Amino acid sequence: MTYVIVGSCIKDDSCIEVCPVDCIHPRVGSPDFESVEQLYIDPVECIDCDACVEACPVDAIFPESELPARHEHARGLNERFFAEQSTVERTAR
Amino acid sequence: MAGPRPRVAIVGAGPAGAFAASALRRCAGDVEIDLLERLPTPWGLLRGGVAPDHQDIKRLQDTFDRQTLRHGCRFLGNVEVGVDISHAELMRHYAAVIYATGAQTDKSLGIAGEDLPGSWAATEFVAWYNGHPDYRDLQFDLSAKRVVVIGNGNVAADVIRMLTLSPRALERTDIADHALEALRASAVEEVVVLGRRGPAQAAFTSAELRELGHLEGVDLRVRAEELELDPVSQDWLADHGTFTARTNVELLREFAARAPREGAARRIELRFLRSPVQIRGSGRVEAVDIRRNEIVRADDGALRARAVDEPVEPIACGLVLRSVGYRAVPLPDVPFDERSFVLPNERGRVLTPDGAPLPGVYAVGWIKRGPTGILGTNKRDAEETVACLADDLATAALTPPASPDRAQIDALLAERVPDVVTVEGWRAIDGLERERGRDGQRPRVKLASRGELLSAAAATASSAAS
Repeated sequence: MTYVIVGSCIKDDSCIEVCPVDCIHPRVGSPDFESVEQLYIDPVECIDCDACVEACPVDAIFPESELPARHEHARGLNERFFAEQSTVERTAR
Repeated sequence: MAGPRPRVAIVGAGPAGAFAASALRRCAGDVEIDLLERLPTPWGLLRGGVAPDHQDIKRLQDTFDRQTLRHGCRFLGNVEVGVDISHAELMRHYAAVIYATGAQTDKSLGIAGEDLPGSWAATEFVAWYNGHPDYRDLQFDLSAKRVVVIGNGNVAADVIRMLTLSPRALERTDIADHALEALRASAVEEVVVLGRRGPAQAAFTSAELRELGHLEGVDLRVRAEELELDPVSQDWLADHGTFTARTNVELLREFAARAPREGAARRIELRFLRSPVQIRGSGRVEAVDIRRNEIVRADDGALRARAVDEPVEPIACGLVLRSVGYRAVPLPDVPFDERSFVLPNERGRVLTPDGAPLPGVYAVGWIKRGPTGILGTNKRDAEETVACLADDLATAALTPPASPDRAQIDALLAERVPDVVTVEGWRAIDGLERERGRDGQRPRVKLASRGELLSAAAATASSAAS
């Protein structure tokens, strides 16, 4: 399983600060941080710890299994972001 | 540091001010923080900008409250710096002043007819439906069937939804009652949205665009021919296009291929590569003339819209909302960069015209960087400014104020503003608004005039005192 960030993300970086495996991208200061409209969780790296859910001030993060129907598209969007990403940050990891 | 705790004033209690207060608490050690606000209520555009149907985002107010007001930051509402108290007076009472005043006006289009009755800044419409007390008496004519929205950014997306959502959907939000009433009686059937550039350069986030395409009872139309990408845009999208731009183009193609939604009460039409040439009407808005643009690559590599020499296309409408950006206004007695519309600053330290830091004066948010970014952008922005301030405090780079005691500023304010709204006053307003919303299962019913807000704040202040 993984956690999924939905479109109401405000790019407050609280989730990034608490993520124990650094699976939320882009990182603050990375080249694409300012250009992305929201943050995304790498489904491959996520360890389902729930820390980001607690930290998010606008409740924009859900466990995949509890993703509300109106946010269904966000599941694929998080996945696709990482599949498509060919940035320095991704290749450097 | 020896001596009394340094006191910092933050001017403007919007998101930038709130993030700055929160960062100050974390990074600058033992300081006292006063949040000065022109309105009787805190949180700025979170309350008065974020659309009523985006309640999830408004939850950020709980974090702001927890990290600032519940930790001893004072709220001093209904106090206008530059009117009730001057910049020089603030500098006499505080070790440092952080300006977080945002961008309070909108950019104009610079076309004929822009000032006709019925032509508005989208931000005025936003302030009206969100219950900003200075805008409650505006009268938007919703009797015509078509509205034209100029611009396709986030504010545009908000006003498009508010114009097309059903009254039933609006009733569950904290939209101002005067706006709910007006929108219930709205005759609007179609909202036409003009984007100067093409679909690949649309300013919507893909989340907002998707939302527009899935509104209950609303049909979203896009013309297939306007989605054809020119070679310049194709190259740009392949080489430099952001994830959002690629997702937007895909979404728009998906929308264009859909069958029209049967029985939709309202319609949104997204137009691309179209600019308004003039707004026309005898005595009030009757039509907008638009022209076609093409995308060209400018010398600096940026993609620009260039007018095509063709006859204009008239769009009949009764209301025009322009949404082409915010703009900051100068503050009395503080340097202002008239070209970039910000306080001239280096990492948040405000600079004098000759480029030297103005000791003790800082900027954060839109008045510092211009009207860009989203809510969370202000967090990093505030951290940068506060790091400079903390550094200046630690190195004793700031001149101690002449009247540093809290009692001294309080006495001055009491003399100037008899009805300062404190945190208790705000809690009274907040409590009353939530209470009023309870029966209708709404998050809150806003008090939308300054008088109502001030008397709600005063009522509990006096009952607490008795």
